[in-house]
Amino acid sequence: MDRTSRNCANDLVVKIATVNGTGSASANGFLMQAIFRMGVPVSGKNVFPSNIQGLPTWYEIRANKDGHTARSERVDLMVAMNPKTYVQDIKEVKSGGAVLYDSSWPLAEELMRDDVEFYGVPLSQMCVENFKGARQQILMKNVCYVGVLAALVNIDLHILSDIFEEKFGKKPKLVELNNAAVRLGHDFAMENFECPFQSYLQVMDGNKDSVIMTGNMAAGLGCVYAGATVGAWYPITPSTSLMDAFKGFCEKLRQDPESKGNRFCIIQAEDELAAIGMVLGASWMGARAFTPTSGPGISLMSEFIGLAYYAEIPAVLFDVQRTGPSTGMPTRTQQGDILTTAYASHGDTRHIVLFPADPSECFYLSVTAFDLADRFQTPVFVVSDLDIGMNDWVCDNLEWDDDFVPDRGKVLSAEQLENMDQFYRYLDIDGDAIPYRSLPGVHPKGSYFTRGSGHDKYGRYTEDGALYQEVVDRLKEKVDSAANSVPEAEIIQNEGVQIGLVTLGGCRKAVLEAVEKMEADGLSVNYLRVKSFPFGPEVEEFLFSHELNIVIEQNRDAQLMKLLIMETDIDKNKLRSVLDNKGSPLSAQTVIDGVEELISQSMATVDGS
Amino acid sequence: MSQTAKPSVRHPSLEVNKLGLTQRDYEGSMSTLCAGCGHDSITAALVQAFYELAIEPHKVAKLSGIGCSSKTPAYFLQEAHGFNSVHGRMPSIATGANAANRAMSYIGVSGDGDSLSIGLGQLCHAIRRNVDMLYIIENNGVYGLTKGQFSASADVGTKAKRGEENRMGPIDPVALAMSLGASFVGRSFSGDKGQLVPLVKAGLSHKGFALLDVISPCVTFNDHQGSTKSYQHTRDSVQEVVEADFVPVLHEIKASQASGDVTSVAMHDGSVIKFRPVAEGYDPTDRDKAYSHIASRQAQGEVATGLLYIEEGSTDIHSFENTVEKALVDLEFEEVCPGNDVLQALQKHWR
Repeated sequence: MDRTSRNCANDLVVKIATVNGTGSASANGFLMQAIFRMGVPVSGKNVFPSNIQGLPTWYEIRANKDGHTARSERVDLMVAMNPKTYVQDIKEVKSGGAVLYDSSWPLAEELMRDDVEFYGVPLSQMCVENFKGARQQILMKNVCYVGVLAALVNIDLHILSDIFEEKFGKKPKLVELNNAAVRLGHDFAMENFECPFQSYLQVMDGNKDSVIMTGNMAAGLGCVYAGATVGAWYPITPSTSLMDAFKGFCEKLRQDPESKGNRFCIIQAEDELAAIGMVLGASWMGARAFTPTSGPGISLMSEFIGLAYYAEIPAVLFDVQRTGPSTGMPTRTQQGDILTTAYASHGDTRHIVLFPADPSECFYLSVTAFDLADRFQTPVFVVSDLDIGMNDWVCDNLEWDDDFVPDRGKVLSAEQLENMDQFYRYLDIDGDAIPYRSLPGVHPKGSYFTRGSGHDKYGRYTEDGALYQEVVDRLKEKVDSAANSVPEAEIIQNEGVQIGLVTLGGCRKAVLEAVEKMEADGLSVNYLRVKSFPFGPEVEEFLFSHELNIVIEQNRDAQLMKLLIMETDIDKNKLRSVLDNKGSPLSAQTVIDGVEELISQSMATVDGS
Repeated sequence: MSQTAKPSVRHPSLEVNKLGLTQRDYEGSMSTLCAGCGHDSITAALVQAFYELAIEPHKVAKLSGIGCSSKTPAYFLQEAHGFNSVHGRMPSIATGANAANRAMSYIGVSGDGDSLSIGLGQLCHAIRRNVDMLYIIENNGVYGLTKGQFSASADVGTKAKRGEENRMGPIDPVALAMSLGASFVGRSFSGDKGQLVPLVKAGLSHKGFALLDVISPCVTFNDHQGSTKSYQHTRDSVQEVVEADFVPVLHEIKASQASGDVTSVAMHDGSVIKFRPVAEGYDPTDRDKAYSHIASRQAQGEVATGLLYIEEGSTDIHSFENTVEKALVDLEFEEVCPGNDVLQALQKHWR
């Protein structure tokens, strides 16, 4: 193959096909971390089954010098370690790419392709010869292919050995073992293949002030920094690691130095109904409390969400979306809960929803969510997805302002209550639709009856239609007014451009890459990423300033587009959809194909042909 | 149903407790339940118990679910914070509230529909977590607000007002709580205030989850002949197995009171429960024996009442969770936010 025909440095997609439960996840993580340390922007996406052991798993690493680290459908190098998926894995490799396979057993003739390079390495055989015991042999086979890849794509072995040192420093034998496995694979490749392979890596400076994070880890940390003290949850993929992270950080950072008591309380509830109930109980008492869940959990929590909205109790809910409906594909990603969260519960309800695009935003928007929940005394949703929540992303280093003061909203102190003639919980004194709140136990004058049944503005039980309506109308005004306080949309807009791309959440990277590529191909488009609901005025302005707005989202029913139609004055004929709901993170190619097809359609309409 | 407001003027000769409050200060708004409802008698017992214990009303959180019984927190402790939540979900609200603020007293009032059907799961898990609260089930065997359907506590053979007979076995909250390891289990009858008040006081002082099942007849839908939860039937079938008395903190226990077969159990706050077995050989600190006694009484169509079980030295959810002594809601932001230096140090490991 002609190695000089194009510059293939730092533009690489490696896909690793393994079987889950064999320990490949940590080996893949080392690989991604090593590339990160070379300074090359990179992402690692785990495609895994809802299973513990024995089913196919893939890990996709994309390294790209321009920072394009959305999922790519192109595969330069396939590490085919699972014979059960050989057929599809080999088929996926791009023409001119390569397959690395375990040649301890011969590859069937019919699987071979002429346009692809096959690197056969007798990994199993080498591991059996060099390591002791079945468990070690299986584990080291993964580290061994990391060594082969290091040779093929040019990763410095010192970087890998540093990683082993940091990870297993306390167990020198383990460090030695991993280094030996890497060398085994590396030496074999150097002796038998022309290294590096046509797509390779070289050191650059693209990850300065960056860290590798998952969204759940960042959101869990955000809850710590926001001052959340009560977390209640029921385990559900893909949100579980959020509470695991919160717990881990709290155990490290939130123990009373003297008593060793916890300055936090995490309760694993019996179900999601109880989890949100616990959050509301804690918030009612004045704690910052949250629950992480996924779509099915939101469905179960819906009754309580209505109570929180109506009784005006702050709460933060994380919805790490997965493919629905029902159990759906629980280990695949989707953006299927946009409408559900915006209007969760029965009766007239609407909620503040934040849509982080990456782990960094998961951290910052978690803190924002608690402030908004306290300020507006209402549930706030932070809606991410499996791709953001569970995959490894390279993000800017997180920063914290030590002068930050949390916005606890209109909470009356004992002194304020003492000086009041009479406290009424739901009275709009300031004319901003937000009443004052008292916390239990603070002062006798602050007591009131929290209830989900009809109440008037004085907090008294009522079945009088006009008095009921007065309160729910104020609630609408209150949540609508949050449009001016929620984070603004991210916008890239040039004058005179007629087409706007509108997206949200984890689609960001793929859409931005598509925008850049289309621009290079002569098609200019503007870009808006919704960050919050209710929509700020900038969203409607953007829609009005384009002839055509293409809404890109990962669900079947165009949920964001429908929300835009319902919640802005935009003519629905000015909106079109590019939808992707197969469960994988979005790729730029999907966006480009979708946009180009829509544009050719609309041209056809204009031509009248 | 009475809709008149109570007069706010207090008679100057009313007795006061050590906080200087009268019993009237522990009342709530007028009940809107049916005249003669057992629940109103329980409310009166609660008012008396809180008054006698001299608990500051605003340091009490009173919670409920949905149903006739769940309306009652409005009828006592006007100055307490109330939470009328959703059907069957009060235990989770109470659990979260208690997690956040352990400095409050918690009382939950529920019914047999709210606790034994839609809310059975949450009740079980609140018992299991030993949430520090008094949980009262106002048990009448029927759904009142939806007009008389059987609840899960309806006994086999009991008849509905329209003559329909229940054939499914009941869920007995006492047997349930005992088997789940509840640390305090009592049963009483709304018509026996003399027994109920000390049980309420003991339950409030108990550290951990105190379950009190109170047979509370529904005069409108379940007080007819053929019902096993009517006033008449309940009076005929209750058998007190343990007579309990409650001695608040600082009250000296006189030797004469502690003589004979009276046993004392010290509560975490220093108060004491004294009990005297009425049934021969009954020991409310022996879970297995207590359980079998209650079951054998039940087989004879009798309802065992009194302080049925108490675990000495019970702990609560906070000991499982190892939370700090200070209520979490009272922690300063600086005590929970680690700051930028820590954030930067953490991220060194993420490269």
